[in-house]
Parts: sequence; C-alpha cells; structure tokens
Amino acid sequence: MGDTAAHRVTRWALRLIVIGYLLFLVIWPVALVAAKTFANGLAPVINALRQPEVIFAFQLTLSAAFWAVVINTIFGVGISLLLVRYTFPGRRALNAMVDLPLSVSPVVVGLALVLVYNGRTGWLGPSLEEAGLQVIYAPPAIIMATAFVSLPLVIREVVPVLQEIGTEQEQAARSLGASGLQTFARITLPAIKWGLLYGVVLSLARSLGEFGAVKIVSGGVAMRTQTATLLVEERYQQFGIVNSITAYTAAFILALIAVVALIIVTSLRPGKGASE
Amino acid sequence: MWFSLLVLIPLTAVLVQAAAGGWSAYWDALTSQQTLAALRLTVGQAVLVTAVNVIMGTAIAWVLVRDQFRGKQLLEVVIDIPFALPTIVAGLVLLSLYGPSSPLGVNWANTRVAVFLAFLFVTLPFIVRTVQPVLLELEHEVEEAAASLGASRLTTFRLVILPSLAPAITSGAALSFCRAISEYGSLVLLSGNLPYSTEVASVRIMSSVEGDKLTEAAAVASILLVVALIVIVVLDLISRRVARYG
Repeated sequence: MGDTAAHRVTRWALRLIVIGYLLFLVIWPVALVAAKTFANGLAPVINALRQPEVIFAFQLTLSAAFWAVVINTIFGVGISLLLVRYTFPGRRALNAMVDLPLSVSPVVVGLALVLVYNGRTGWLGPSLEEAGLQVIYAPPAIIMATAFVSLPLVIREVVPVLQEIGTEQEQAARSLGASGLQTFARITLPAIKWGLLYGVVLSLARSLGEFGAVKIVSGGVAMRTQTATLLVEERYQQFGIVNSITAYTAAFILALIAVVALIIVTSLRPGKGASE
Repeated sequence: MWFSLLVLIPLTAVLVQAAAGGWSAYWDALTSQQTLAALRLTVGQAVLVTAVNVIMGTAIAWVLVRDQFRGKQLLEVVIDIPFALPTIVAGLVLLSLYGPSSPLGVNWANTRVAVFLAFLFVTLPFIVRTVQPVLLELEHEVEEAAASLGASRLTTFRLVILPSLAPAITSGAALSFCRAISEYGSLVLLSGNLPYSTEVASVRIMSSVEGDKLTEAAAVASILLVVALIVIVVLDLISRRVARYG
C-alpha cells in the first residue's frame, strides 16, 4: 500500500476533504455553541440554571425520559423476544413496522398521538379524560411521544443478540426444570445485557432530546409541560441577553449529555466484543 | 398490544383523519399552493442532500476504514454527533456558524441554504455507518487480484469495490432521504419557516395543527407516512437480497 506518489496525493487529498467537511459541518459549529455559552463567563450560566423554569424543564425532561426508557426496556425486550423466538402470522410485517418510529417525522408522531388521545375529538381521549386521565397537553403524552420515537433503538440492539445466542442454553435450563421466568432471569437476560444496555443509553439520549413530537402533544406551557428542548426554542426566540444565554446554556447541557452518551456507547462497543 | 396502542392505532388515525374530508378535501389540502411549495422544497432539498451524502458519506467511510492517522478515533465520535444531538440543538449549532453573527461573515439563516445545511447535518451518519462495515469486511485479495491483472486504481474501484458497496450505499441513501424529508426540529430556529420559501413539509404540518386544521395536517402527514413505509419496504427488500447473495 501507498507505493506511488499519485496514490499518496489522493489519500492526503481525501483525508483533507473529509476532515474539512466535518470541520465545517459539525466540529466548528458545535464548538461555537460551547464558546457562546461561556462567552460572558461562568456566572450568567449558573444564574440561567437557577431559574425555576429551567430547573422545572430539566426535571420534566428527565422524568419523562426515565419513564419512556423504562417502558421501552420492558416492551422492547418483550417485542424482541416475540420477534426472534416465536413465529406467527404477520411477524415480518411487525418486524418492518418496528422501524417505523425511526423513519417517520416526529411531527407526524405528535399529530398521530393528538388525533387518538386528545380530550375533545380523539378516539380514546374523551373516555380517558372522563376516567380522570388527561393525556394530551400533560406529562403522559410527553412520555408516550418520547417512548414512541425511541422504541426501535432498544429492539434493534437486542434482536441481533438474541438471534446470535440461539435457544440451546434456554432449552437446557428448561429441561433441567427452570421456570420461564427463571430461564429469562438467569440465561437470557445476562446474555443480552450489553446489547440491552447499549439500547438503553441510545434510547435515553434520544428521549432527552426529543423535540418535534413533544412540541405537538405537550403544548409547551412553561412550568407545566415545557421540556428542556422546548425551553431552548422559546428562550432563543425571545429578546434579551438573559434569554439568549439561557437558551445556549440549556442547549449546551443537552449537547453535553448527548456527547457523553455517545462516548459511553462507543466505549461499550469494544467491551461488548471482549466479553464474548 | 402496547405496540399497537402506542404506534399502530395513532398512525392509523392519521390516515383516517386524512380521509375524513373525502377525496376532494384531501386533494385540495395537498394541492394548495403553500403545501405544494413546501413539499417541492422538502423533496428537492432531500434529493440534493442525499446525493451529497452518497459521495461524501462513501468518502468518509473510506477514510475511516482505509486511512490511518492520529485523531481518527475523534472523527468516529464526530460522525455520530448529529445523530445524538437533539434536533433543536442542531439548529442552534448550525445557526452559530452560518447565522446572523457568523464568524465566516455569511448569514444563511432564513434561506434555502439553511434548509440544505440542516438536512446535511442530521443525515451525515447514515451512509457512513452503512458503508463502513461493508468496507471493513471487503477482502483485500480481490482488489489485489484486480490490480495484479492490470486494472488501474480507478477501474478497480469502479468494477470491484463499488458494486459490493452498492447495496449499503443504497440503504444509507434511503435512510438519509427519509430522515431529511421528515426533519423538523433543526429547522425551527434556522430556516425562519417562511411560507413559499423555506417552509418544509413538517413545519407545514405543525402550523396546520396549531391552526386546528387537523385534516389538512393529516393529509400532508399521510404523504410523509407513505414515503417512510416505502423506504422501510425497500430496505427490507435490499437486506433480503444481500442476505441471499452475500
């Protein structure tokens, strides 16, 4: 490799083009947001974080993301087991449909949830509201929208692992008298734990950052249904240095969480390989 | 059951709502000047961005697999940032380099360039991540054989490497197109959402919802939904073909 001068020139050119492209598209813009957040020092950033609206928005985002991830973990593993271990009519269709939340627009997701669960004209909304459960413009809708968009992330990680490990160990456990639950807890779960963890981290990162779907279903009222991403939008569009710093600070924290999640995931990948 | 409550029933509701006003209302909603302009812009920019991604994505994957240099690990992380970053933050991020107070001296906020950039940003990982594993598994022997038989580098690339990458590039392109037409969050701050000029399909849906015109919103949404379904089916077919011949 690398024998001729022409080859070396092409390689260098390609390397430079790629680095330049990424610099202008990703690295520089991301660095600028960090720079703008701390442009006036640390004090305004800390003040921004002390605002009750900001604290509330992050708390809401965290709790919604937490519940969405819990839901996705349980149902994600359930659906994965269903897809891999059982054959039933429509399995191929279900397998394809599982990817739908990833490829459909978050705005469409939001609209879909509003159509079913809104309290006036929705299919299920009015009866749920009579039962005392408001979904749309309330936290349940935020959790549903978040769970919707991040559901495939867990399934897509767990399915290949389940396919790979096969059923021999599970059958052995069964034949030795283990119950279904014991088999799952002792054999299946330890085998899929890395894939599952990876899916959970991805799903958590996605959940914290969901914007479009949440915007439609939550209404975005400050101190009630405004999540961190909605806060960024609202503050950025308002005038004044305090609002703008608040927007940048919240955006910086969201970006930081995303990058940390990314690094965790990247370092988990080789770890996963080593444990096998 | 949960899957259908959460995913299937709501998505069906979109289609039902779209059909609620009858065929003519559906058609009217789609052919209104503003919606047409939005759809045209969305599809046009998505095609353009996908074309750029096919070239740049393959190039990036190539450099990441075949080239060795310091800081390559860093680039690996950089590639995934657009995927991990919340879309609203992505908008803010691009705005800081290409917006009003840009250190480059350009101001592309509220223009079609902004739409292009936003699509380019959010779709960056797709082709890179689909091509990379295939390129990693590609055997050097085949290339060496081609070279020893007198093929030039370009010929080797065109006749040996490109055909084996083609399915990966196609599925990456499909994902990236799909992601582009459905993009919303990063455009909110960046594109200004001016009707007839920088308003994309998702923004159109959002403003219809806010104006309580749910049927109109559902009509546009049904188009996006159908495109997403088509892409999924195409991807399913590609992966089956690869599984059969690969």
